[in-house]
Amino acid sequence: MEKITLALAGNPNAGKTTLFNALTGARQHVGNYPGVTVERKEGEYQSGDFNALVVDLPGTYSLTAYSEEEVVAREFLANEKPAVVINIIDAANLERNLYLTCQLLELKIPLVVALNMMDVAKDRGMEIDVEKLSAFLGVPVLPIVARSSRGLDELMAAAKDMAEGCLQPPDPVKVKISYGEDIDQTLLTMTGLIRDNSLLKGKYPSRWIAVKMVENDEALLKEVNEVSPELGIRLQHEAEMVAEHLMKTFETYPEAVIADHRYGFIKGILKRGIITHRYDENRLYTSDRIDKVLTNRFAGPLIMLAVLFSIYQITFSLSALPVSGVEAVFGWLAGLVDSGLGDGPLKSMLISGVIDGVGGVLGFVPLIMLMFLCIAVLEDSGYLARVAFMMDRIFRVFGLHGSSVMAFIVSGGIAGGCAVPGVMATRTLRSPRERMATLLTVPFMNCGAKLPIMALLIGAFFAEHQALYMFGFTLLSWVVALVAAKLLRLTVLRGAPTPFVMELPPYRFPTFKGLMIHTWERTWQYIKKAGTVILAISILLWAMMTYPGLSPEKEAVFAEERAGITELYDAGSETGEKLLKEVGNRQGAAALRNSIAGRIGVAMENVTWLSGFEWRTNIALLGGFAAKEVVVSTLGIAYSMGEADPEEVGSLGQRLARDAAWSPLVALSALLFMAFYAPCFVTVVCIAREAGSWKWAFFSIAYSTTFAFILSTGVYQVGRMIGF
Amino acid sequence: MKTISLRRMVRNQRGTITAIKVAGDLGRRIRDMGLVTGTEITVQGRAPLNDPVALRIRGNTLTLRNNEADYIEVEVEDEDKI
Ligand SMILES: Nc1nc2c(ncn2[C@@H]2O[C@H](COP(=O)(O)OP(=O)(O)O)[C@@H](O)[C@H]2O)c(=O)[nH]1
Repeated sequence: MEKITLALAGNPNAGKTTLFNALTGARQHVGNYPGVTVERKEGEYQSGDFNALVVDLPGTYSLTAYSEEEVVAREFLANEKPAVVINIIDAANLERNLYLTCQLLELKIPLVVALNMMDVAKDRGMEIDVEKLSAFLGVPVLPIVARSSRGLDELMAAAKDMAEGCLQPPDPVKVKISYGEDIDQTLLTMTGLIRDNSLLKGKYPSRWIAVKMVENDEALLKEVNEVSPELGIRLQHEAEMVAEHLMKTFETYPEAVIADHRYGFIKGILKRGIITHRYDENRLYTSDRIDKVLTNRFAGPLIMLAVLFSIYQITFSLSALPVSGVEAVFGWLAGLVDSGLGDGPLKSMLISGVIDGVGGVLGFVPLIMLMFLCIAVLEDSGYLARVAFMMDRIFRVFGLHGSSVMAFIVSGGIAGGCAVPGVMATRTLRSPRERMATLLTVPFMNCGAKLPIMALLIGAFFAEHQALYMFGFTLLSWVVALVAAKLLRLTVLRGAPTPFVMELPPYRFPTFKGLMIHTWERTWQYIKKAGTVILAISILLWAMMTYPGLSPEKEAVFAEERAGITELYDAGSETGEKLLKEVGNRQGAAALRNSIAGRIGVAMENVTWLSGFEWRTNIALLGGFAAKEVVVSTLGIAYSMGEADPEEVGSLGQRLARDAAWSPLVALSALLFMAFYAPCFVTVVCIAREAGSWKWAFFSIAYSTTFAFILSTGVYQVGRMIGF
Repeated sequence: MKTISLRRMVRNQRGTITAIKVAGDLGRRIRDMGLVTGTEITVQGRAPLNDPVALRIRGNTLTLRNNEADYIEVEVEDEDKI
């Protein structure tokens, strides 16, 4: 049998990701839907002769045009016509989950319902008559426990039957939900018009179009008006008439009436003995008891702070050993190349460009991996939603939304995120203004790529208080980002707030497999970036720092000096060697200063002396525009090149600590600048795409760099004045 | 029985939604999440800063801001009876 497309649809927290992982295992691919940044996850399922491409649709509560996710899910179903759609629903939350099911039924797509969380339902004393439910919905319903892969074979057998046409798609008569006399009448007229004109035929069922138009669905209205403006006006007129009528007689809106009837339809089904509760339905479960403590007025915020802080402690103490391990491996590699190759550009490129560059970045993989693991635990357990709940009041003060917290946390609110997915996470924000404010401020957060440089400088200059400093910088990044957001919302992004309404899912133990896939996915993204972009840039920077090299005249001056020394001292004499080394040092420094990067860095000293940066730091910060982790590798290159003694294998941190141009004050100033200056270009590109214009991207670069410079200059100058 | 705004409900108070007086995005979102007329709700608690409010609805928990709760009217038992 040829490969079919199978889509997974369902509410957030229904267990969609868990089912997807169980079906596809490691054979996954994450991409984007064209034109938007909603994640598109695909994987392969194979069992016997049944071969399917499984597409994980974004989790949605409905198929209105409320969010980009909903539009994407809808468009996918309508355009790509998957052979079968599995709608995963939470058995312990049937009523609300069936709301989406109703809408899928109305789309008349080949549907199979996966009734997930059967174990939870059972624990809660609920009994569900699956066969009856299936009969009322007119589609197969299969009970599963996605977490322990129970019932998946039966589910996939039903999906196969549906895909092969052995089962009928939803029966149009059964799923014709009545929306009350007034609306039904209007729908009848509209459906007639739509059918007669073959409006969007083959894409959507005609009654569905009518319902959506009565619901005043902007995305669909736009689509209709594009293909047939005249008909669009007539249909809209019908919809407006019924809306007016409902407002006059019942003081209500058509959308409200439609939603009420959908829930009425669901209640009607459930009432007929589908669920039996053994206990009181509203009884408090373990999860609610936990919430009594974790979201408690006093204990809640304290516990939240403690959780965030312990993530630092865990990450730093556990990552120390593997980090030094990776460093040792790359040091060994460098030594190997050094002794194996003759002096020349190739050796220099391999050691200074490739090994130092990539090693500097990969050295932090263990740390980043642990950080992601912690985030995954918070996400999967349901605690992150509580954080949003507790933080909303504060976020709103700054003109943001409680769910901005996700974007901030992904970007590095808990250090170790990345502004790129963070910028993408702003997709869930509905209001353009809150979203834009989040977009423009999340790059201030402590992203994973800033961690290496923080770890480097803090390790070199403030080693005794490492965890405290890291934590302090994360808190500071929050303050800066929030204040910046408020300022933006008061000036360039003025306007009213967006709905907050969200769900607090029950606490659940994350699964090992889920955590591993989650952690690996994100770490792999980081490594891929390090492996490709960083390597290329590292080599490019090496070239910028090597060429054009010293002029022959200057080379001759150094050669002469050397010749003078060898004449005076015997070969191998201690003083002679030392003097020779010194000459080499100066030559290396002179060559770097003369290189392209050196010239730019030196030119920038005219401004950056204000914040205490010398040209080497300038070069590194320039490199950071490409990707923040490049700051570390560039510093590495700059210093290993300026340092003529190849025997010296001290870590970069020790080198900096010994360098006269550095001091704790300079390090602090550099840390501040690095934390808040322009986002890396990948983030900038994403901002441009998310904001829909390059104007915002340039704005982002300009305002953050200006801010960072003022901040670090202020700290440096004040620090100097008070004698540091 | 009397009708009050959801904002004015206190912790552990029960009630039945009688009206949702808002259209557009907020109205849609409220309904998509299962808050429709006739739904029974219980106030489960409030965030540390008193806002948002967490609601118990059919054995599950939803949260919304106070200024969103303003649009939701709920029929509750008279206070002296609870
Ligand atoms: N008890 C139980 N937990 C489940 C089941 N399926 C998923 N979960 C858990 O529910 C949580 C949310 O699942 P996830 O797949 O991330 O939901 P999604 O938001 O729909 O992708 C995770 O902690 C899962 O481990 C199940 O059948 N039983």
